[in-house]
Amino acid sequence: MVASEIRALFAVASRPEVVSLAGGMPYVTALPLDLVGELVSDLVTRHGPVALQYGSGQGDPHLREQICEVMRLEGIHAGANDVVVTVGSQQALDLITRIFIDPGDVVLAEGPSYVGALGTFAAYQAKVVHIAMDDQGIVPESLAQTIYALETAGAPIKFLYTIPTFHNPAGVTLNAARRQQVLDICQRAGVLIVEDNPYGLLGFDGEPMRALRADNADGVVYLGSFSKTLAPGFRVGWALAPHAIRDKLVLAMESAVLSHSSFTQLAVGQYLTTQPWREQIKSFKELYRERRDALLDSLEALMPPEVTWTRPAGGFFVWVTLPEGLDSKAILPRAVAERVAFVPGTGFFSDGSGSRQMRLSFCFPEPERIREGVRRLAGVIEQEIQLRDTFGTGSTRGHAGVDTPGPDLA
Amino acid sequence: MSDLGHVLVLAGGLSYEREVSLRSGRRVSEVLRAAGIDVEARDTDASLVPSILADPPDAVFVTLHGGAGEDGAIRSVLELLNVPYVGADPDACRVAFDKPTAKAVVRSVGLVTPESVTLPKETFHDLGATMVLGRIVAQLGLPLFVKPARGGSALGASIVRTAEELPAAMVGCFAYGDTALIERYVVGVEVAVSVVDLGNGPIALPAVEIVPDEGVYDYAARYTAGHTEFFAPARLSPDAAAACAQTAVTAHTALGLRDISRTDLIVDASGQPHFLEVNVAPGMTETSLLPMAAEAAGQDLGGLCRILLHNAAARTRT
Repeated sequence: MVASEIRALFAVASRPEVVSLAGGMPYVTALPLDLVGELVSDLVTRHGPVALQYGSGQGDPHLREQICEVMRLEGIHAGANDVVVTVGSQQALDLITRIFIDPGDVVLAEGPSYVGALGTFAAYQAKVVHIAMDDQGIVPESLAQTIYALETAGAPIKFLYTIPTFHNPAGVTLNAARRQQVLDICQRAGVLIVEDNPYGLLGFDGEPMRALRADNADGVVYLGSFSKTLAPGFRVGWALAPHAIRDKLVLAMESAVLSHSSFTQLAVGQYLTTQPWREQIKSFKELYRERRDALLDSLEALMPPEVTWTRPAGGFFVWVTLPEGLDSKAILPRAVAERVAFVPGTGFFSDGSGSRQMRLSFCFPEPERIREGVRRLAGVIEQEIQLRDTFGTGSTRGHAGVDTPGPDLA
Repeated sequence: MSDLGHVLVLAGGLSYEREVSLRSGRRVSEVLRAAGIDVEARDTDASLVPSILADPPDAVFVTLHGGAGEDGAIRSVLELLNVPYVGADPDACRVAFDKPTAKAVVRSVGLVTPESVTLPKETFHDLGATMVLGRIVAQLGLPLFVKPARGGSALGASIVRTAEELPAAMVGCFAYGDTALIERYVVGVEVAVSVVDLGNGPIALPAVEIVPDEGVYDYAARYTAGHTEFFAPARLSPDAAAACAQTAVTAHTALGLRDISRTDLIVDASGQPHFLEVNVAPGMTETSLLPMAAEAAGQDLGGLCRILLHNAAARTRT
């Protein structure tokens, strides 16, 4: 790993003076912490010998039943036997990649894609090929053409990794018609789909989107998580997989960590049993919707006219595109000096694209802070436009190392 | 030295070099603890002044890099609080931190420093970048080295080998500061000479030679273990090594620095050192140059820091 001057700037973003639109930390303060505390205490007192013991590699059976109940909200009807509980859905992604990928194998992913997934794919030396997306999600024609071109070239495609709902970082959602097209294209080509859906229940309008997995049980591995609907500190996520893959996942899980923490699995189980978790998700949605509105309204009011952005209907993120000739990485230092932070776009691509893009997150700062952050950012972008006009160019300096913040940045 | 009670290490701050500073602060805290000192490490935030007033430390070690620690501001505050600290006073810091000013001072005492131009971004905006940049290339030639007039860790700095690369280098530089220093790039051996004054006048530690894997000692090369090869002492002729030591001590003295500094130099083919810049709060991380120089000199870093703190504490009592 290489020390990165961009990564170093995020050290400043963690200070309270800086409005951080960079992190992806859920607003766990909104949870009834006293009740969660009682629940944990009760867990140790009443179920200590189980909670403090090794568990099975597949995960606590009762929690797996409850997970199936959660997934039913997205149209998935599955059995607990096909669920593997993992350390966040990130571990499920790691295990899937470990099982499927030999160095040089191809993973298809939206461009941009989730930085944590790109990191995992890189660790197993997968070759990521990006599929174009627009404001309705993956472009099916681009998916079909890319698969055809890769197959013609003899490249081994192992799976399509996709975040169809409230995409990180792009903030867009794959529409219903395209969902069926994507399923059909992949089925015809024999390409497995890995559907990563941490934000699916955090939609701001209407009912949850129907998951891809709801319409194809054999060709989709579904990754879910309690990190955004409850709290990431429990590190409880899961994979729902076809039987053959499920068996391999359990073995991989055992070889990686023996078993997930019984303690946090039972804590999540108790929370689901004893607390009104659907109402809690509703209050999270209201909180995040207010922040999304604050971000979109202030972008509308304050950004220079050449700047564009996506309008998410859920989740945590807005994807901003800067005017021609501006490099989001190059302006991060000035933004930090003005006490506002964002994540430059290049970290969300494996091919160096994204220099004109940036990810803004609205999950953590209060609405007032979001407005102040956008005000500062707009000023920085205006200065940068002036600099570009003065010198007739943007910065073209290369930067080594990781360009995205760690998971613990607000 | 047992009279040194508790000591405060300041690290972090709101500069671009916050992360490096936190690493320096941790390292200094560790070596001081190992040397038997009662150490508290703190960031510079709104709780700093009340906490110093409530429980004044015997001395402060400032490992704040960049604007937060090297422009003199935090040291002015420490003086307002009557707390002694290691290193240069605020006036000297202000001069040293501003690279063009520091260059002018050392040139006035006979040191050699690359020919340069210093311009704020407004000048390019008001007069037209193409004309001004054209004159710079005509005057100084190529290659050039572009860096912010203030700041460290090579942030915003780059080598310009063709005139076409210059505008983008300027934009990259102005991301980190409003004034750019454009210097003729001297080809040679890059060395850093640390100067310490343990009470008997400033002494140069052995020069450390820097050989980055990728040819450029940028941020990644500086702070990634194994990405740069260091030679301590530097592979210089005895005459060149002596000239480097003399240059660093002269710069330290001419700039009115105190206790500790690090001067960055390029030694050309003839053995002549060229002054680039000086640091009043040198990096103290695992990959930093001053700790390497101390080791090359057979000096224990903890012992060295302890003496500096002790001397600082003694200053208030005279």
